[in-house]
Amino acid sequence: MKVTGKNSGRYSALRLVKEALINHRGWKPAWRNPQPKKEYDIVIVGGGGHGLATAHYLASKFNITSVAVIEKGWIGGGNVGRNTTIIRSNYLLDGNEPFYEFSLKLWEGLEQDVNYNAMVSQRGILNLIHTDAQRDAYRRRGNAMMLNGADAELLNAEQVRAECPFLNFDNNRFPIKGGLAQRRGGTVRHDAVAWGYARSADSYGVDIIQNCEVTGFRIRNGKCSGVETSKGFINAKKIGVAVAGNSGKVMSMAGMRLPIESHVLQAFVSEGLKPIIPGVITFGAGHFYVSQSDKGGLVFGGDIDGYNSYAQRGNLPVVEDVCEGGMALMPMIGRARLLRMWGGIMDMSMDGSPIIDRTDIGGLYFNGGWCYGGFKATPGSGWVFAHLLATDKPHRTATALRFDRFQRGYMIDEKGSGAQPNLH
Amino acid sequence: MIINHPLLGPRDSAEFTYLGDASLIDRPDWQDKRAASKFYEYQYLRDNPAGQHQELWYHEAGDRSWLVVTRNTVTHEITKVELARDVAKARGRSK
Ligand SMILES: Cc1cc2nc3c(=O)[nH]c(=O)nc-3n(C[C@H](O)[C@H](O)[C@H](O)COP(=O)(O)OP(=O)(O)OC[C@H]3O[C@@H](n4cnc5c(N)ncnc54)[C@H](O)[C@@H]3O)c2cc1C
Repeated sequence: MKVTGKNSGRYSALRLVKEALINHRGWKPAWRNPQPKKEYDIVIVGGGGHGLATAHYLASKFNITSVAVIEKGWIGGGNVGRNTTIIRSNYLLDGNEPFYEFSLKLWEGLEQDVNYNAMVSQRGILNLIHTDAQRDAYRRRGNAMMLNGADAELLNAEQVRAECPFLNFDNNRFPIKGGLAQRRGGTVRHDAVAWGYARSADSYGVDIIQNCEVTGFRIRNGKCSGVETSKGFINAKKIGVAVAGNSGKVMSMAGMRLPIESHVLQAFVSEGLKPIIPGVITFGAGHFYVSQSDKGGLVFGGDIDGYNSYAQRGNLPVVEDVCEGGMALMPMIGRARLLRMWGGIMDMSMDGSPIIDRTDIGGLYFNGGWCYGGFKATPGSGWVFAHLLATDKPHRTATALRFDRFQRGYMIDEKGSGAQPNLH
Repeated sequence: MIINHPLLGPRDSAEFTYLGDASLIDRPDWQDKRAASKFYEYQYLRDNPAGQHQELWYHEAGDRSWLVVTRNTVTHEITKVELARDVAKARGRSK
């Protein structure tokens, strides 16, 4: 545990008591606000969860501290601060499941690792079953999860009823016949993840440079030597791009076309209610999922809007669709008032799975294609990307997450819906 | 969003399903020497621009025509709607 506390000091109960005695005059900003240096070993483009996690693991696991994270807005203002905070590792395919389970294990030790309370709450996730065929599919998925060291538990309708009596079990079209539970899944305070990683990376000497947009790459003879930014040119031996929904836009500055489309996904929060929803619940017959935040709001969402978009807001047909799903699953939700809704831009890949890989341009590395599920991947993605940047070799859990899988026919298509990003 | 259908007038976008970039009209020739790599680019790679985007919408709950809609992906503003048939013909796709 090497968070030195050089900049903001170690957080602990003892520290809190001490600060209380001196009227909280000793707290320092959690990270510095430096000007960019001329040169770094590694520049990370994008101060979202993945970029900041990458910086943290580069410094703490690979001893590379000449690192800058370049963020065009403020850290945490992208998807890491817009998602519905669900973490899980309930994937089916070999290319994915070991990676997501690696990530879930990292969540379990995250707060100690970065000395920051990220409110990691393993309250469990429950995917509901409505047909016999779905039960077979979930049994298979549960087995695949367990083969990869994750936990999975198949529940019958009575077991689900005992845990969630408020669900509509006798819906004529979609009766609830059981569920697949992953008890180690849950939710995490999303902004705290960005802040925790930022504070830790900063304390190792990583420069987090906000309000600085990357506007181009300097590429000569197939090699990238740095980034043009709104605060001038920055030299770098290696550049790692982790800009999520802006992947297409940013990589086009390097002349690349990606197997990715940008789409908008909406999320919704109700007024605060007394505790009612025990974990995360997903409807298996439509696209609707819900959990309850610690403040009491019901946090829910559903499908992406389905058309290319860079606007961080969606349209009303999807709002209606999501609410219909909610009413079908738990009619009581109709009594709750909606407090807030917003959208975020998803980097939807052609097979629904991410890419963490080198590019054909020397020194330029890419991390993206997270679709609507990259929050849970944050620690794993950071570690694996740091591994790739530091060693030039893919991490053992990420060997399938390659660019060329589409050309070679090795898609990782969990849903089997083909090269149609709005169906993943 | 309201899509101003060239034959039916303004329709709610919820009546349509979305396919994607209108470059999907330009299916490569399967007998081309570079067919494998051209099909890879056609099928999987996208410009994915922030701004003007030409895209294919299908009027599933309407007259089942395919449309090419020119829309701004940053503002969602739709500036042009054409029958995909006309666009394809103009590009020499179908006779
Ligand atoms: C509504 C919603 C719900 C979601 N729910 C879940 C969920 O429950 N579980 C889950 O696992 N995932 C979920 N996701 C997905 C998840 O949020 C994303 O996949 C993940 O956060 C993406 O990685 P990130 O945190 O690094 O992205 P971001 O936070 O978006 O970081 C990318 C950063 O790059 C910056 N950037 C872009 N262009 C430039 C440039 N040119 N120069 C400098 N910086 C630039 C952006 O400003 C941004 O801060 C959800 C997403 C949304 C929108």
